Amino acid sequence: MSARKPSFYVMVAAVTIACALPFLLSNFRLFQFTQVYIYAIALLGLNMLTGYNGQISLGHGAFFAIGAYVAAIMMDRWEIGYMWTIPVAAVVCLIAGFLFGLPALRLEGLYLALATFSLALAVPQILKYFEHWTGGSQGIVLTKPEAPAFFTGIGLPLNPDQWLYYFTLAVLLLLFWLAVNLLRGRVGRALISIRDNHIAAQATGIDTALYKSLTFGVSAAYTGVAGALSAVAIAYVAPDSFNLTLSINLLIGVVIGGLASVSGAIYGALFIQFVPNWAQDMSKAAPGAIFGVFLIVFIYFMPFGIAGGLQRLWAWWLRRRRGSSNT
Amino acid sequence: MDIFLQQVVSGLASGSIYAALALALVMIYEATDVVNFAQGEMAMFATYICWSLLDAGMPYWGAFFATLAIAFVGGVLIERTIIRPVENAPILAIVIVTIGLLVIFNSVANWIYTGTQKPFPSPFPKEPIKFGEIVFGAHDLGQIGVTLVVLLCIFLFFRFTPLGLAMRAAAQNPVSSRLVGIRVGWMLALGWGLAALFGAVAGIMVAPNLFLDPNMMLGVQIYAFAAATLGGFTSPVGAVVGGLIVGVVENLVGTYVGFIGTELKFTVALALIIVVLVVKPSGLFGRSVVKRV
Repeated sequence: MSARKPSFYVMVAAVTIACALPFLLSNFRLFQFTQVYIYAIALLGLNMLTGYNGQISLGHGAFFAIGAYVAAIMMDRWEIGYMWTIPVAAVVCLIAGFLFGLPALRLEGLYLALATFSLALAVPQILKYFEHWTGGSQGIVLTKPEAPAFFTGIGLPLNPDQWLYYFTLAVLLLLFWLAVNLLRGRVGRALISIRDNHIAAQATGIDTALYKSLTFGVSAAYTGVAGALSAVAIAYVAPDSFNLTLSINLLIGVVIGGLASVSGAIYGALFIQFVPNWAQDMSKAAPGAIFGVFLIVFIYFMPFGIAGGLQRLWAWWLRRRRGSSNT
Repeated sequence: MDIFLQQVVSGLASGSIYAALALALVMIYEATDVVNFAQGEMAMFATYICWSLLDAGMPYWGAFFATLAIAFVGGVLIERTIIRPVENAPILAIVIVTIGLLVIFNSVANWIYTGTQKPFPSPFPKEPIKFGEIVFGAHDLGQIGVTLVVLLCIFLFFRFTPLGLAMRAAAQNPVSSRLVGIRVGWMLALGWGLAALFGAVAGIMVAPNLFLDPNMMLGVQIYAFAAATLGGFTSPVGAVVGGLIVGVVENLVGTYVGFIGTELKFTVALALIIVVLVVKPSGLFGRSVVKRV
């Protein structure tokens, strides 16, 4: 047996395929995969909060919106390069999330769900209200960034869609690497112990208040980066795209992909990006109905989502193999 | 002064709607510790059923009571089939299931009835009612009346009937109730049925003002959340009082505070919810729950 886990090889294969996609797919399909990565980043953020730390947020669309508008306003008003908008969006959302997390500390499970649900509903209104900054319901139209000249110089001319795809993939890999390291060690164990029994967690010396509000901040920062990337990729922001549906879709992605699982973010993102596409052929309202049914069915039969299901399948396969080699 | 009084009455009218939906939320919360995020959408769907019945030529009050019956049965069925499997699951699972219901109702309504707004009839005369100089909308007054009648009925039911007593017992102490022979599971299902019925009343009464469309109840629901939070999620009286207060305040603020207007309606509700939860999480009338660890 080699020392590396099989998940390592799966990951190497997945990244290789991801890098090859721009040469295999049309620009339209490629753009859809860029969207998948953007969703995956947002889902990872929400999963830290809801899956690992047990705080229910039904309003993460709000942070997605903040990230998107930070990017849009910076690019449109101040003509700042799109790359710089990503870290700024992260910091702004980190602060916003931390501040929202402070009163949220006092809110237990359901009440937090209530407050964030109201937040999700209020976001489009607030965005329209600050018309001076956000352009009101008209939104802000941006220009799609071109690939840096460097790539043409080395004989690899990328069109804007291909460049955006690689750019998003790079951000995704960086953020996933950070998240895995964060969640695997001390911090991750602290978060999970707060979720499972916060009094016991406190007794073992974990500053639960600080951890909970920081988790809110980091989670919001991830989702904000996703929002900024989506503003750059779509080159347009408008208040009504950050409605309750977005927040609920993020929750659906987390549940379907797998609560408390990093790889689940990818499965969840694939689900919320591609399932509506084929469901739309039946009826315009069908994606919603299918999402709802999937949500309930998953809670009943696969509470740990696709990631949990795959893990169980893998364990079952290992057991069976070991069983047959013994006899 | 006249305008003030008129605004108060029209505030009470919308407040009575919030009160009805908030009461539905509180009843379910009291019985099962669940906040039903689909409450508003269930009400919206019931209103569509009422619209279909009216469209098929049924007289108004016939359709009204038929819809209440359908909503009641629907609520019971939803509890029995969809909520029951997650009854003892963690809060997250239950919240997600009710969110799933919300999404399903919303998109099925879109699917069947399309998203276009439909006018909805009012059973009350169109002409406003005048008391001297002051003018009231007849529908506003009728809406307050209908809601009050429903609230009174439900109060009498819980206070004076054996079934009402059994339902209260089941909510307060399921274990002891089971020991004295109350079928707790069915009591919870009845609670869901009654909650759905309240929702239906709220939906049918509010539809003439808001026009019927699949997102009609989302705004009402967020105000009902605010009402239930203000009154306290553990207090039915609080839900009603909270609903009326929220309705009046919403109207007065909309009339007198220029910069808020109608554009920030949801934001006002959000701010109210957060302030109450931070300052006095148990609400005006609720008891603070002490949990044994």
